[in-house]
Amino acid sequence: MDINPILLLAALMVASTPILLAAIGELVTERAGVLNLGVEGMMIMGAVAGYIVGHSTGSPLAGFAGAAAAGIGLSLVFAILTQVLLTNQTATGLGLTLFGMGLASLMGQGFEPALPVTVSKIAIPGLSSIPVLGPILFQHDAIVYLSILLVLAVYLVLGYSRAGLILRAVGENHDAAHALGYPVRLVRLLAIMFGGACAGLGGAYISLVRVPQWIDGITAGAGWIALAIVVFASWKPWRLIGGAYLFGGMTVLQLNIQGDGGKIFGVTVPVEYLSMTPFVATIVVLVVMSAGRAPGSLGKSFHASN
Amino acid sequence: MLTLEKRPHRSAFWTWAAPPVAVLLTILFGMVLFLILGKDPVIAIKAIFWDPVFGEFAFYYRPEIVKKAAPLVLIATGLAFGFRAGIWNIGAEGQYIIGAICGAGVALAFYPLEARWIVFPLAIVAGALGGMIWAAIPAILRIYFKTNEILVSLMLVYVAQVLITAFASGLLRSPDGHGFPGSRNLSQYSAAANLDLISGTGMHWGVVAALVAVLIAFFVLTRHQFGFDVRLTGQSPRAAAFSGINPNRLVLFSMALSGGLAGLAGIFEVTGPAGQILASFPKFYGFTAIIVAFLGRLHPLGILLAGLLMALTYIGGEVAQDNLQLPAAAILTFQGMLLFAILAVDTLTMYRLRRSRKEVR
Repeated sequence: MDINPILLLAALMVASTPILLAAIGELVTERAGVLNLGVEGMMIMGAVAGYIVGHSTGSPLAGFAGAAAAGIGLSLVFAILTQVLLTNQTATGLGLTLFGMGLASLMGQGFEPALPVTVSKIAIPGLSSIPVLGPILFQHDAIVYLSILLVLAVYLVLGYSRAGLILRAVGENHDAAHALGYPVRLVRLLAIMFGGACAGLGGAYISLVRVPQWIDGITAGAGWIALAIVVFASWKPWRLIGGAYLFGGMTVLQLNIQGDGGKIFGVTVPVEYLSMTPFVATIVVLVVMSAGRAPGSLGKSFHASN
Repeated sequence: MLTLEKRPHRSAFWTWAAPPVAVLLTILFGMVLFLILGKDPVIAIKAIFWDPVFGEFAFYYRPEIVKKAAPLVLIATGLAFGFRAGIWNIGAEGQYIIGAICGAGVALAFYPLEARWIVFPLAIVAGALGGMIWAAIPAILRIYFKTNEILVSLMLVYVAQVLITAFASGLLRSPDGHGFPGSRNLSQYSAAANLDLISGTGMHWGVVAALVAVLIAFFVLTRHQFGFDVRLTGQSPRAAAFSGINPNRLVLFSMALSGGLAGLAGIFEVTGPAGQILASFPKFYGFTAIIVAFLGRLHPLGILLAGLLMALTYIGGEVAQDNLQLPAAAILTFQGMLLFAILAVDTLTMYRLRRSRKEVR
């Protein structure tokens, strides 16, 4: 195997970013007590919206903004159904994924990109010239840095602000939070919208940077892996980074091995079996890391009469 | 402003009225969708709901509806047990694919033996077992490691999709296929073929199995201890635990049951309508069956009707694709809306709409 470890690690950060973005959004949603299984649907909507807006305007910024808006739009469907009409969150989330996949495919059909979109890399002055670490960590595009800053922001807001405390209270025990006078449904609505925006950004990162083009079903399970990483991280923001980079690493490594003729220590492994490794790894990790405690009201409907 | 107020009891009226109202709502929203797509909404809805059953070419479409409904009903019937008890097998799609691979593998192992009485039953058993084992993985992991069965069963869908591509170009590839991927065509291997029992009706063994499964499920759910345990666990897990129901056994049983039925759907599909193991093996039955299960109110007889309706939207979607150049994805969007509608209308069985009064401060 002649795989350059520096390039591999740099590619790892790029491959992990969509998952990390979607996961940090879902983490906030789940900490507010809402289980939104529609991450995959919101991601793919973000992917197609980002692609269409980006290639119509030629501006990556507009593309990502459009993707976030599309993610929020789809998450609002989920919010109205689960928070106002009190539908089952598991089933609604699944429906959201089906609906999003269908709608994204409809929107993407026949779209011809008009203008090119380039997401330029920003080398952080000084830091990027450190040998080895520089090229791995500090020569990426803005979205990679944004994803890490978002994790930091979520960590600070959840742990060290009044808003974060209210959000966690709503997620741990919605009846108690309601009794204290906190607007349970409003908090949840905002959390769901944040989740939608992040998933949309993650999706757009796939269609504008990672791949970069629009193909039907482009997210290929990334949304589900993001959901698994939230469990893996025991609902703690910092651990998400480890989880996302682990899976990004698996993806990049298996792609590199595929490119290398599928040889692992001289043994040739068929391509198909390599491409299932991220999914098998997710299962293994879920088994090993099943210690975390979920928010108390996760997945339960809230109605003030109870 | 309108608000929801909790009912003291389930509404008997809305229990029955919810599904038809949801279908009507979906048709309305669907018409808006088709209007946005620039298609005549009335013609589109007619193509989806009317033409396959009563139109000019209905003689061709009716058997197709039956064939499409069979796997949906089989899978949804199994899923309904778990869903009622709060056990979420979302990976029926994977179990369906593995069922097809296992069953086809066994049938192909006997090729070209002509003893149908041994090959076909063994293939069916292998298909059911394959699906069962694939579903047992998330069940066992949930029991021993408390992993989330939603995520594990879903990850296994992706693994199964990779496996069917690998088998189609590897182990199960037809030796007479000139190196192209794809197994031998099982519907042309008379010992394993699952053809129409009465030609031209679409009634193959999978349809028979679906009807039998619905009947058995109906009696198990309403008359058998297992059905009672499932319903009790769904309504109150604590009460169920106190009454001595073993939750782990319930997880394993309901997962294995739904996996087995999904595997059966897979083997009947691969020996009949699909014919061979191929990367393009008809997909998505496992996911659509989730909608069918909810639309049928997690009740076997309701699932039978819901399965037929969903099959109709599939075939109708194909008609609309041909006649109106409606994109294939439109029907997926339409089905997603159907699930939203049923879930939303379902709320009315437990809550009623009231005009909100000013609260006393």
